[in-house]
Amino acid sequence: MQKIEAVIQPSKLDAVKDALVEIGIDGMTIFEARGHGRQKGHTEVYRGREYSVDLLPKVKVELVVRDEMVDKAVQAIIEAARTGTIGDGKIFISKIDEAIRIRNDERGEIAL
Amino acid sequence: MRVAVKVFLALLLALLVGGSMMAGSQAMAQTAATSQADRIAALEKQVSDQTAAIAAAQTSGDNAWMLVSAGLVLMMSGPGLALFYGGLVRKKNVLGTMMQTFAMMAVVTVLWAVVTYSLAFGSGNAFIGGLHNMFLHGVGLTPDKDYAATIPLQTFMVYQLMFAIITPALITGAFAERMKFSAMLLFMTLWAFMVYSPMAHMVWGKGGLLNAALGGKIPCLDFAGGTVVHVTSGVSALVTALYLGKRLGYPKEAMPPHSVVLSVIGACLLWVGWFGFNAGSALSSGTLATSAFVATHFGAAAAALGWSAAEWIRQGKASALGAISGAVAGLVAITPAAGFVTPMSALWIGLIAGVFCYFMVVKVKAWFGYDDSLDAFGVHGAGGTIGAILTGIFANSAINPIFGAGKPTGLLEGNGLQVLHQAGGVAIAWCISIVGTLIILFVVDKLIGLRVSEEAERNGLDLSQHGEEGYDWAH
Repeated sequence: MQKIEAVIQPSKLDAVKDALVEIGIDGMTIFEARGHGRQKGHTEVYRGREYSVDLLPKVKVELVVRDEMVDKAVQAIIEAARTGTIGDGKIFISKIDEAIRIRNDERGEIAL
Repeated sequence: MRVAVKVFLALLLALLVGGSMMAGSQAMAQTAATSQADRIAALEKQVSDQTAAIAAAQTSGDNAWMLVSAGLVLMMSGPGLALFYGGLVRKKNVLGTMMQTFAMMAVVTVLWAVVTYSLAFGSGNAFIGGLHNMFLHGVGLTPDKDYAATIPLQTFMVYQLMFAIITPALITGAFAERMKFSAMLLFMTLWAFMVYSPMAHMVWGKGGLLNAALGGKIPCLDFAGGTVVHVTSGVSALVTALYLGKRLGYPKEAMPPHSVVLSVIGACLLWVGWFGFNAGSALSSGTLATSAFVATHFGAAAAALGWSAAEWIRQGKASALGAISGAVAGLVAITPAAGFVTPMSALWIGLIAGVFCYFMVVKVKAWFGYDDSLDAFGVHGAGGTIGAILTGIFANSAINPIFGAGKPTGLLEGNGLQVLHQAGGVAIAWCISIVGTLIILFVVDKLIGLRVSEEAERNGLDLSQHGEEGYDWAH
């Protein structure tokens, strides 16, 4: 089992969700997030005072999938979330030791 | 003998016929006289009935407009200013800021009923009214001819009350995010006595020094409160901001508005409410109200464009916050002039005020480095001052012959002295505001302290002063 964390543009959330559902992934968790990579935000001006906003609104999608699904899921996210401009986001993958379904105590991949 | 009898009979007949004829003509004459008198009386009654009906209709029309206007002016405080200011602060202070305006609706009303109406509009000397109208004694449903001949005095009283509410509420923009709620209440109570009441009396009260309509010694034109409302609140705001000092972290920490959306809604409500503020100041529903209504709208629109243009040129974009700030600045500046200027003059006043207030808020504040949190001085103090002076320039006797038919009113008509009178009114308003506010701040500071603790300021006034939060994200 592996966890995929994808930080994406908020406007791309629906497309990413649809792409994941299409390849058979049902479970995911969405977070409203703020952050920046290399682009370092932008400037806002209120009554002449400049504020540099370096934490931009992002959405983080987390999903845990079986090992053989990882490449397919990553590919789906990349295709759905890419605009080709700076700030499209990043994907992180890590190993998961255990998954437990709270309702009936099922463990392992069956709990996903 | 027969002949004598015939003559006698003939004479008798003649007498009878003549007598009856005379009697008949007399009766006829009498009947004619009676019907003429009746007709005259009936006509007189008809005329007097019609006059009474016209007066009643005028009273009822004027009263309807004035009651609506009073409601509109209160709308400027309640939702209008509260939302405008509430959106401009950080979200931890949104309720504290809105509460300051809301509290004015309650506190100033009670003070007004008890004593401050009497101090502002009761008979007194040139500087302040008396105590004869305390507890609204003598303020009934009969009109006071000096103030407004066609509406109940109580309507006039409650209309003026709405001005007394919004004026101190405007000051709260300067000390937003750092003043104790208790200190604010005491400050505003004293301010109503020491600054608002005397200023309102001088400009609008019977025997007032600056009252142009009732023969004041320095006739200052202030149609709807440029000096009484905006200069006093704006200058007091600046004094308070300087006395209190800056917010923690200002200007290094980012303190952008938490919701420009709320501010836009608030500004739009202010704009609408301002029709009651300015057109209502005609104190009747006649042509002067129309003129003031048009001038108000034109002034606001031109100022929104003026501020936006200045911002666009200097910063490359016209922001929503800039546009609404400009509109409010224009509304402020047109306030003293509303009932004295043509629509085209209103456009000029708005345009000048929009650019001038932009300069005051963006450049002058930065030069001096004071923390007038929401620009109460930059918009109201500066806008009120420039508006009062421009009133002296643009005032037109064709719109309002306040000094008598055909007599010039403003500088452009040849009455250059009026600009000096306007400057005099503004100077007095500045002096009273500076001195009065300094005394009040000193007293309140010594009695209960003005600022919240550092910890309370960091946590926000919503929690520390009111024990609640504007936005509960968890539920």
